[in-house]
Amino acid sequence: MNEIWVHILIIVCVLLGTVTIAAGLIYVERKMLAVWQQRLGPNRVGPFGILQVVADMIKIFFKEDWIPSFVDKKVFIIAPTIIMLSILMSFSIVPFAPGWVVADMNVGLLFFLAMSSLGAYTIILAGWASNNKYSLLGGVRGAAQMISYEVFMGLSLMGVVLQAGSFNLTEIVNAQKGMWFVIPQFVGFVIFLIAGVAETHRLPFDLPEAESELVAGYHSEYSGMKFGMFFVGEYLGITLVSSLITVLFFGGWLGPSFLPPIIWFLVKMFAFILFFILLRATLPRPRYDQLMSYGWKLLLPLALLNVLVTGAIVLSTN
Amino acid sequence: MLSSVRSLWLVFLKMFRKRVTIKYPEEKPYLAPRWRGRIVLTRDPDHNERCVACNLCAAVCPTDCISLQATEDENDRRYPEFFRINFSRCIFCGLCEDACPTYAIQLIPDFEMGEYNRQSLVYEKEDLLIDGMGKYHGYSFYEQAGVAVGVKPKGGGENESEPVDVRTLIP
Amino acid sequence: MNIIFYIASLVALVATVMVVTRKNAIHALLYLVVSLLAVSVIFFISGAPFVAALEVIVYAGAIMVLFVFAIMMLNLGKDSTQKESRLMNFGAWIIPALLCLILLCELIYVFFSYDAGYRNVRVIEAAEVSDSLFGGYVLAVELTGMLLMAGIVGAYHIGKEKKREYHRYLQLNEEEHE
Repeated sequence: MNEIWVHILIIVCVLLGTVTIAAGLIYVERKMLAVWQQRLGPNRVGPFGILQVVADMIKIFFKEDWIPSFVDKKVFIIAPTIIMLSILMSFSIVPFAPGWVVADMNVGLLFFLAMSSLGAYTIILAGWASNNKYSLLGGVRGAAQMISYEVFMGLSLMGVVLQAGSFNLTEIVNAQKGMWFVIPQFVGFVIFLIAGVAETHRLPFDLPEAESELVAGYHSEYSGMKFGMFFVGEYLGITLVSSLITVLFFGGWLGPSFLPPIIWFLVKMFAFILFFILLRATLPRPRYDQLMSYGWKLLLPLALLNVLVTGAIVLSTN
Repeated sequence: MLSSVRSLWLVFLKMFRKRVTIKYPEEKPYLAPRWRGRIVLTRDPDHNERCVACNLCAAVCPTDCISLQATEDENDRRYPEFFRINFSRCIFCGLCEDACPTYAIQLIPDFEMGEYNRQSLVYEKEDLLIDGMGKYHGYSFYEQAGVAVGVKPKGGGENESEPVDVRTLIP
Repeated sequence: MNIIFYIASLVALVATVMVVTRKNAIHALLYLVVSLLAVSVIFFISGAPFVAALEVIVYAGAIMVLFVFAIMMLNLGKDSTQKESRLMNFGAWIIPALLCLILLCELIYVFFSYDAGYRNVRVIEAAEVSDSLFGGYVLAVELTGMLLMAGIVGAYHIGKEKKREYHRYLQLNEEEHE
């Protein structure tokens, strides 16, 4: 009985923790963007503007939740829930510290890939259901982008799987006790990083939204809490990709013992979240065909080559 | 790819630079002395209105936000009966200041004119007229001008000689 | 575990019926996705997590997205919905329904007569799957690989940029420029 309570406690902690981090990222992102653009950022609400998160939340809860008359109502309502669901489900396989994992699945990595492939629906359905040409264009772009980048997102992880010999994330972390996988799998790391940015459709790969071209892309027609779901979903996606990079390439909770494992995990995760924000502050958005040819003509062969070489080395050393 | 990494690094370094933002309501920005802000009407050293209601400012104003009505006092000195600037239309271009022959209308470094009611942006002469001389100290139009009005006899100006009596031949 | 199996099968059945009866193509496809997810749950609890994950990644995540994508691009309007509703009349579905009924009877018969040890589930690891793929079924894998390669080559051929053909006036100009 006691074990079940511990398990429920872990689930509640992970759920609350991730959602809180995602909400807090609203502030962190604005502040860090400002820092890297020599501005001050939010500083009005509370000390250093920390209460900006609360203000934004209150605002988004009290906005009118408007469903336009021309939309496909059911699909319109379902679409934003999918992204939240799929990403929160993915968090269940992330080991935050030894034993701190919701579902220690033996196909954990595949489960993450499955969930992230379901995340594509939110863009497509939102774009289609909005019945608006900008939204549709955003949806079409998003669908093509996410399907293509999923391919080598998966392939880039196969090197890690080959080296660790398991899809289980806890075992992958334990396999990194000697050396973090970022060193032997540097190519895989870079590809996964780029694919992760594209998969969460963050800048510079925010073509489904692309406010300068498509109003707000697939969520042009959304307002109130439904828009909030997309908003929080995006930050949850960043958190997820950062924590996965930490787990897969940077040794998860491993680190010198003067800090507890969970702190090591969080430190590494936040470093990557900040890197994501730095990417947003720096790089301009590529053209759509550039994005596609970059993916299929450069990253896919590289990922395949990485799998091939890693496989050969693993085979020869065993 | 490498250039992207380089720009990432350069943007990262911006973290340690000075901020360019000024926290405005607490921290006032520096306004240059010639900043074109709120329009005022100034007075001459004798504490009279400088404005002679020549209408040049109203004529030159690109948004037609200045309106005035000329009248004369008991000394035949011209002055505006009313002088009205609609600041909701004014674009603070400063052309009125350029056009003014008497340095009466001037733009000063003040921009905090927010109002809740649009009508209260229409400033009347009482709101525009200040007690000082503005940017041009000691300048009095009638001291320089050659015309005789009630406030000054002919030849009474600063750089003016006594009028010549054309009926005498004595040099 | 049995309860989860029955719930998942019920979801799969209901969703599949909904797929057939929906008039809006996108709604039908969404029910198909739900049905596939339910099937993946069944795979998972019957000890094949690898296949379950692949079912979601490949079928629900990629192929269905492409289906939705294609239907989105076709932009089916009210006409197609009306056409669909005409297909729903009694005459059109009576024969398929009868055929399905026969299949269902067979299934029920098999289900009750074949009382094998379904309950002692053994979890099949990814390594085991790949062992059998590259061991016993290597010929099938290679053949599939060749088929996919042919598909890729064909796609490349279709997607290849066409040689530009100019009006002869422009062609002349082009030669001059060169």
